[in-house]
Amino acid sequence: MPAVRIKDHWREQRLFDQRALACAAIMAVAIVGLIVRLFVLQVFRHEYYADLSQGNRVRNEPIPAARGLILDRHGEVIAGNQPAYQLELVPEEVPDLQQTLARLVQFDLIRAEDVDELERTIDSSRSFDSVPIRLRMSDEDIARFAVRRFEFPGLDIKTRQTRWYPNGELAVHALGYVGAISEQDLKHIDRAAYAGTSLIGKLGVESAYEPQLHGTNGFREVLVNALGRSVERQGAFVPNLRTKAPGAGEDLLLSIDLKVQRTAEAALAGHRGAVVALDPNNGDVIALVSLPGFDPTMFGRGITAREYGILQNDIDRPLFNRALRGTYPPGSTVKPVIALAGLTYRVVDPLAHRYCAGSFHLPGSSFIYREYHNEHHGAVDLDDAIARSCDVYFYGLANEIGVDRMSTFMEPFGFGKPTGIDIGGEKAGLLPSRAWKKEAFSRPQDRVWFPGETVSFGIGQGYLTVTPIELAHYASILATRGKIWRPRVLAAYRDPRTGELHRIAPLSDGEVPGVAPEDWQRVVHGMIGVVTRGTAAAIGAHAAYSFAGKTGTAQVFTVARTEKYNAKLINERLRDHSWFIAFAPADQPRIALAVLEENGGAGASAAAPIARKVLDAYLLGADGKLKPQT
Amino acid sequence: MIYEDVSSGSRTRRTLFGAARVLSALKIDGPLMVGLGLICAYGLIVLYSASGQSIATIVRTALRLLLGTIAMLVLARVNPNFLRRSTPWLYAAGCVLLMLVVTIGHVGMGARRWLNFGLFRFQPSELMKLAVPMMCAWYLHERPLPPGWAPLGALSVLILVPVGLVAIQPDVGTAALIALAGMLVIVLAGLRVRVMVALLVLAALAAWFGWSFMHDYQRKRVLMFLNPQADPLGAGYHIIQSQIAIGSGGVFGKGWMNGSQAQLEFLPERSTDFIFAVIGEEFGLLGLLLLLLLYLFVVGRAIYLATQTQDTFARLLAGSLALTLFVYVFINAGMVTGLLPVVGVPLPLVSYGGSSVVTLLAGFGILMALYSRRKLVGS
Repeated sequence: MPAVRIKDHWREQRLFDQRALACAAIMAVAIVGLIVRLFVLQVFRHEYYADLSQGNRVRNEPIPAARGLILDRHGEVIAGNQPAYQLELVPEEVPDLQQTLARLVQFDLIRAEDVDELERTIDSSRSFDSVPIRLRMSDEDIARFAVRRFEFPGLDIKTRQTRWYPNGELAVHALGYVGAISEQDLKHIDRAAYAGTSLIGKLGVESAYEPQLHGTNGFREVLVNALGRSVERQGAFVPNLRTKAPGAGEDLLLSIDLKVQRTAEAALAGHRGAVVALDPNNGDVIALVSLPGFDPTMFGRGITAREYGILQNDIDRPLFNRALRGTYPPGSTVKPVIALAGLTYRVVDPLAHRYCAGSFHLPGSSFIYREYHNEHHGAVDLDDAIARSCDVYFYGLANEIGVDRMSTFMEPFGFGKPTGIDIGGEKAGLLPSRAWKKEAFSRPQDRVWFPGETVSFGIGQGYLTVTPIELAHYASILATRGKIWRPRVLAAYRDPRTGELHRIAPLSDGEVPGVAPEDWQRVVHGMIGVVTRGTAAAIGAHAAYSFAGKTGTAQVFTVARTEKYNAKLINERLRDHSWFIAFAPADQPRIALAVLEENGGAGASAAAPIARKVLDAYLLGADGKLKPQT
Repeated sequence: MIYEDVSSGSRTRRTLFGAARVLSALKIDGPLMVGLGLICAYGLIVLYSASGQSIATIVRTALRLLLGTIAMLVLARVNPNFLRRSTPWLYAAGCVLLMLVVTIGHVGMGARRWLNFGLFRFQPSELMKLAVPMMCAWYLHERPLPPGWAPLGALSVLILVPVGLVAIQPDVGTAALIALAGMLVIVLAGLRVRVMVALLVLAALAAWFGWSFMHDYQRKRVLMFLNPQADPLGAGYHIIQSQIAIGSGGVFGKGWMNGSQAQLEFLPERSTDFIFAVIGEEFGLLGLLLLLLLYLFVVGRAIYLATQTQDTFARLLAGSLALTLFVYVFINAGMVTGLLPVVGVPLPLVSYGGSSVVTLLAGFGILMALYSRRKLVGS
């Protein structure tokens, strides 16, 4: 190698040409690689990427279906939908959020205590989504906002469908309500079907028939950009978008008669209690009352924690459905079925008289069972014993029949089990027996059935408990002389478009077995006696129809044997519960009912007058005469 | 002779010859000019769609192209010898400006890259894209080729000083491109293959070493390149969306202004770094092949011109400029199609924004000057 190299232009030119050629070759390889890559993306995997791009740009926006209406048997609206006005805010269009909210507070459009919560909600929303900040605006609110609208850029009044209960609290325990979808609800609903809705039926009809009321969502395909913002078009790009109309929910025609319901609620107003009236011929629920109630609308608009707290802590428990879930001793209302048991088992001669001296004691026992109010009925036969509600007669009768036979006999009448009413949420009463007691208690001395317990059982005290719906169901079985129909609130579906009715066939649960027709007649005769000459003779007076009933008084508090029960002297809440069951007309019954007034005292004085009003409301025409059978 | 040809030919022929005379008077290479013009025109059409039909964008880009074209026309008329002699001054000025940027430069988007001259902001790193290969070619001009170890050492310093200054702005992407332009000069000068292999090994070691000095966002880009699906909404989003755009375009494309990925903004950086994907979506495979063909034509013509020049400075500089264009195109296309990591290199002459358009066209002006005066150059 020479020490000094000199430039060789020809050699350098050749070297450069070689290098240029080599670079060209490398570039060729690179470009081929790139083209192969393009082929892979655009030819071989084109379909795959085309699908992805389609999914990118089109979203399904749900269109919620109109919820089905709920109507009473005459077509009067119990639950409907109403457009509600609400104030909505689009965050990105509001120049100064804090100031805007402060101004809204100033004009009384939002409450000061809600501001923090609203700010959080707005912060967590997408900047272009409309956020509701005030629901259910009154006409006055709207007017107040409208005149200052120019001061509030980014705010607007929108309408949306909300559940509307025109009668307020009326029949709320049968109806239920719609409320915000909870975590619990999410577990058993199809989320897609509820997209675009924030409400779902809770309790009662609203919950039991939720799938029918809800309908099916429609959808609208919308073009969205990368931020999820819906856009009309971008560039020349206008895709073919589809829309599917929602299928409105079905209207429900209930068996409830709002006129009767109103009468019952008005009659019971101011008291705690329940009224359940059934059509004994098919199980239709004519009225279902549990008082106190609450306004279902609160839940649909979003109940506040405070409001809910008030409802929950109310000593009168307005949220508690007494008609379906309240269990009480039936008191003397069981006497007709005990009498039937005695007749059917042939342990009693209906015409034989027993002597009532106002007290009863079991052979070999010193315990004295007293007559209610220490009355003396004298010599009474079965008919009298029912009509005048003679405890002594039934103490003896129960003792003669025995607990297990009573229990077995009463079972078909629906005691001790839910009636199976279609709106659910029922609690079962308790029908005791020896076997039950053996199971229910743990201490050996408690697991034995005592003869004295049979005696109490005979007048509906002790372990035996019933719910108002069970007792109404029992009354309707007595009314039809043994035919058992399952209570139901829903009578028909109505197609929201055509108005066509799809009636639902009543569901029979068979008949009470083995009771002779003349025995039914004897018992019914005794019950007619109740309202003509017996314990409730006062409420049977001047009735335009014949009817049968039975009073009941359920002890809440046991008065010491030596004391006299004096309603005025004991705490109101420890007073006896007042019961009355009835059906009318006695020979061809169209309605059977049970009325409970908690702590109302004697059945005849509190519950019976309410029952009479309900019967009149259902049976009488405007002229005050019995309506012809339809 | 020429006059006879022109007067005796058809009207078209006369026009063509007339145009050729004008071009040669301007020292402009016709085929290169046509190639560049077609790319720019194609780019404007695509940009109109990609920018969301923004006229303002088109106007601004057209103004930049005009500025670049003027730079090209001016530089094409400069005497190559003057160019060569002024190279060290240009390089030195560039280095000083870079130091100014580092000390008093204008901060934008988290990096100090601009010098603010009141009327306009200037990125000295763009200048270095031309000054560094010029300086390398100048340095090798007088020396025997292939270069020995001592010149290589000197060249390394010449390249690394500006590269280092750009890298600490920080703008690692541009620094790498500047280093590349310089290295291409050395490669074209005949750097021995075993030295290149040794350098590649060194580079691999440096890469491993550099990993520990990288910013988080830079590491993320590399990792995302290796597995874009790992973080589809985060760092991998760009690549996934651009592949969807290109793939869904198919062979014929969805049509101009009809690409849903681009028009609905699923594709990020649609008018800048990822405009290649917009072409793929709206004009399909055919549209991309046409673009690549135009680039190849320009690059090929530039290399041909480089081989026709007769002195070392001109050859090395012209060759480096031609190869640089290809590298830009390949890196951009590679990153948009998912072959290479996302490094933020725009598609030359098509992507919106930046002073790179002016730099590129100025470079081609120099190339034309070197070629058209090839007989005049030399010592």
